Amino acid sequence: MTTEIYDALTRLARRLRGPSARLLACKHLSGGASLETWAFEIGEKGASERMILRRRADISSAAVVLTLDLRTEALLLQAALAHAVPLPGVAHVCDESDGLGEAIILRFIEGEALGRKIVGDSRFNAIRPRLAGQCGRILSSIHCMAVPVGAVLPTERAREVLARYEALYRASDLQRPVLELAFQHLRRSAPSDGPAVLLHGDFRNGNFLVDASRGIVAVLDWELAHRGDAAEDLGWLCVNSWRFGHPERPVGGFGDYEMLLEAYAATGTEPPSLSRLRYWQAMGSLKWAVMCLGMYNSWASGKTRSLERPMIGRRISETEIDLLNLLEAGL
Amino acid sequence: MSTHPNTFEILGAVIQWIEEIQPQLNERNTFLARVAVNALATVERELEMGDSGRAAAKERLAQWLKRSGELEELTRELCDRLRSGEVDVSTPGLLGLLRSNTLMQLAIDQPRYRHSRSG
Repeated sequence: MTTEIYDALTRLARRLRGPSARLLACKHLSGGASLETWAFEIGEKGASERMILRRRADISSAAVVLTLDLRTEALLLQAALAHAVPLPGVAHVCDESDGLGEAIILRFIEGEALGRKIVGDSRFNAIRPRLAGQCGRILSSIHCMAVPVGAVLPTERAREVLARYEALYRASDLQRPVLELAFQHLRRSAPSDGPAVLLHGDFRNGNFLVDASRGIVAVLDWELAHRGDAAEDLGWLCVNSWRFGHPERPVGGFGDYEMLLEAYAATGTEPPSLSRLRYWQAMGSLKWAVMCLGMYNSWASGKTRSLERPMIGRRISETEIDLLNLLEAGL
Repeated sequence: MSTHPNTFEILGAVIQWIEEIQPQLNERNTFLARVAVNALATVERELEMGDSGRAAAKERLAQWLKRSGELEELTRELCDRLRSGEVDVSTPGLLGLLRSNTLMQLAIDQPRYRHSRSG
């Protein structure tokens, strides 16, 4: 597979930068659930550019999450750029002649993506108190975006999200009382449907690049974008699983609810209430529990073999204690 | 039962070996080796605490449900009652029962996971 990628990127170098351009470096960064990411550099010595390849993996994962095709993701990135959302530019949308399958090429942006470093490394001490506010402003910008022409996004509100994840949970015959209680409670206390806005769908610490002096410089991984309740994005950002050992700072392990909601409101958009956010935070923990189960299942069924997949199943108890903390606090 | 080595010593020896070869591995395998060490440490904790944890969980469930039975059977009954809506967050003792059993499981699965009562 790696040789095919090298060959394809070598051809792409010539297509994007002329006949003398070469592939100078190439590295597999990560294999996500359904997409793989490569960093590469093309051009000539002294006149080169670093880029990112995102392509659909050969093995598609268990259908736990609805992912957009990459052409739609490129449309969203271009639209979000016009709304002043910090983003990597789209350099190229691949077609059949590129031989990379479903793929897009993004311009490389320097920054830290590892959540644990963002919450803990001393080089981010100065910027850390400003990150929650940046998140609020970015999310309100995204939520004001119109769905770009040519993009089709699914719409899901609380009841639909619950039903989809509950069906996945039921299919496994797992017996976890805390998850049962969470499904029941979130069904009974579902908020009334507000307007459906454009959501990033996976906006959390770990999915944006942070620069030590400028803060968030790029929002990544748009493949779960959809339309729904604005509080869904805000709640997902506050799930304890992405606070990386700093539960005392609910927003991504770096900030407070107030900082997030005040910054969201500062752009003139009415933010959801804290209780609505906390409802969606609990939904986020419950979704993550089912996703962890899905990763275990993808290994148990023989679809994937990598060791970290089954072990992620042992994170379900993390989501359960988080759910209990929320339920005991009255959400 | 063989005791030379005992089960814990076998696990410890394998963990030690993985840690020794880690510097020679590429980035991906360094990550997987860390996952492997964590997986074996989970097995170690389960061997230490699993039996007593399961017995305590069964005891708490039996007391709350006011009946006896195996852990799987009692767990299934609680799940059924939750699914039917017969019990919920306001049912006395439920959240306490779930907290005790969850903390026991968390001590095996992810003992370093930090969380807050305020959610």
